[in-house]
Amino acid sequence: MSGGRRLLIGIGNELRGDDAAGLLVARAALDRELEPEPPCLFSPKGRKKAGGSAGSGAVEVIELEGEPVELIAAWEGVEAVVVADCAAPAGQPGRLHRFELGDEPLPAALGGPSTHALGLVEAVELARSLDRLPKRLVVLAVEGERFELGGEPTEVVRETAASAAAAALEDLTGGW
Amino acid sequence: MSERRIETPYLARVEGEGAMHVRIRGEQVESVELRIFEPPRFFEALLRGRALEEAPDITARICGICPVAYQTSACQAMEDVLGIELPVELRLLRRLIYCGEWIESHALHLYLLHAPDFLGYESGFAMAADHREVVERGLRAKKAGNRLIELVGGRAVHPVNVRVGGFYRAPERRELEVLRGELERCRDEALETVRFTAGLDFPELERDYETVCLRSEVEGEYPIDRGRIVSSKGVDVAPAEFDATFEEEHVPHSTALHARVRGRGAYLTGPLARFDLNRERLSPPALEAAREAGLGEGCANPFRSIVVRAVEVLYAFDEALRLLDAYRRPEQPAVPYEVRPGVGHGVSEAPRGLLYHRYEIDSEGRIASAWIVPPTSQNQRSIEEDLAEVVAANVSLPDEALRHRCEHTIRNYDPCISCSTHFLRLEVDRG
Repeated sequence: MSGGRRLLIGIGNELRGDDAAGLLVARAALDRELEPEPPCLFSPKGRKKAGGSAGSGAVEVIELEGEPVELIAAWEGVEAVVVADCAAPAGQPGRLHRFELGDEPLPAALGGPSTHALGLVEAVELARSLDRLPKRLVVLAVEGERFELGGEPTEVVRETAASAAAAALEDLTGGW
Repeated sequence: MSERRIETPYLARVEGEGAMHVRIRGEQVESVELRIFEPPRFFEALLRGRALEEAPDITARICGICPVAYQTSACQAMEDVLGIELPVELRLLRRLIYCGEWIESHALHLYLLHAPDFLGYESGFAMAADHREVVERGLRAKKAGNRLIELVGGRAVHPVNVRVGGFYRAPERRELEVLRGELERCRDEALETVRFTAGLDFPELERDYETVCLRSEVEGEYPIDRGRIVSSKGVDVAPAEFDATFEEEHVPHSTALHARVRGRGAYLTGPLARFDLNRERLSPPALEAAREAGLGEGCANPFRSIVVRAVEVLYAFDEALRLLDAYRRPEQPAVPYEVRPGVGHGVSEAPRGLLYHRYEIDSEGRIASAWIVPPTSQNQRSIEEDLAEVVAANVSLPDEALRHRCEHTIRNYDPCISCSTHFLRLEVDRG
């Protein structure tokens, strides 16, 4: 495994039901990893390190809203990144999709209309244009079902978020 | 009679959505209807019964790009109820964080959303491959804006340091000084950006808008964080008179409310309006850049709003540096107050236009009612009128090309749906 920095980014909106899926993944990852390591380390940028201190195999965990400049800045200097997000409804709520970034763009279904902001797909392609992608980037996308304003995430998305957290940590600590 | 219908399907994320229906008979455009999703209505209901102190943070969640605008208008309205007058140091600190928001919001829109329309690219990242230095400049500007918000507000997105009466903590001067070099560099680059935007090709469209914006009561100050509401047709009122001056109405084709000047009609708010009514209050470098860019005594072509935004980015960097020079740490981070009931009004200049808040507070400090009028609903009628002219002038275009032209027209306003490359579900009914 490489000794480079590893980062889990959960993105989403807490006020839009299943759109919070990525945030749930990030929090579940922290819960899993902090149990044996009580100190929760905050860096000046508000990052938490799960699974130990920096330099001892820690995975950094951060929550963002998916704004491209923030995303690109967040993974600057990081070797391996997992981004957890919500995917569009496609008939199987709670299904976990995994995409490892190669030469092809991410599926368009991960992008789409937003307020003024651009999203993950655009951030990745912008970073690609500017040679600012991390060495490895995996996207874990939990298929959402309901997105009402002020709504809670559905149970099936909560359950998947927990298993996605395990998958994210495996991706970041297992094979890289 | 056959009907041609073209749809751009919805994609995943759900923050905004737009749909447009155009009815054409022969060469005549019979109607243009634009639907825009409008989250503030939900927030008005959410706010009822909450403590007045919660309003800035709750309303900041309406928009990830302009949370400072929502916080500022909400704080102002609450301070109006409570009879708080901010000391100048706190008022200018609020203006400083607002400069950060103008910079980051305008930079995102200008470089990554709007410029690709002019240069014929599908998206900002497609443009980045050919215009790397331009996009890098935009990212640097946006990052500087984000950092300014982070330093004053504690966080770049949805700042946590803003409160009714001021801030939870006022930064030390040395904490702000770390930004000086970055702000100076980006200010110089912003001048290049004005020149870049001035060189774009602009579709022909001249409109006779009633422009509406704030005018600061501080002599020589360009409107950002507060002021009286003025218009090109004689409106000059205090924020408390917003309701008596403007009205919102339901229209059959949209769930969003449309605003208009009472007794008249559509009006325009945002960068063009601010420039129209306050350009002499720009900093000398920004005013000179505007003249050099050919903006002259005004600008009635909405496609040239990209140039005005570039001028406002330059101004915001200038202003941030001026405020940094003048910064004195407030003696206390917030003005103390005692809760009292009443009605309060707050209005500020979000990057895309006027943002009005009105709250009624009960004797226990809870919100009895909330009314939020965002810039997009104020501009929606003007957007439709622009679109009617643009469609009429381009009626012979194929539907796909027409959709692109309509999206470009809507993006002139940087509304709450403008971000996606193909955000618009367009239905063209040619009979």
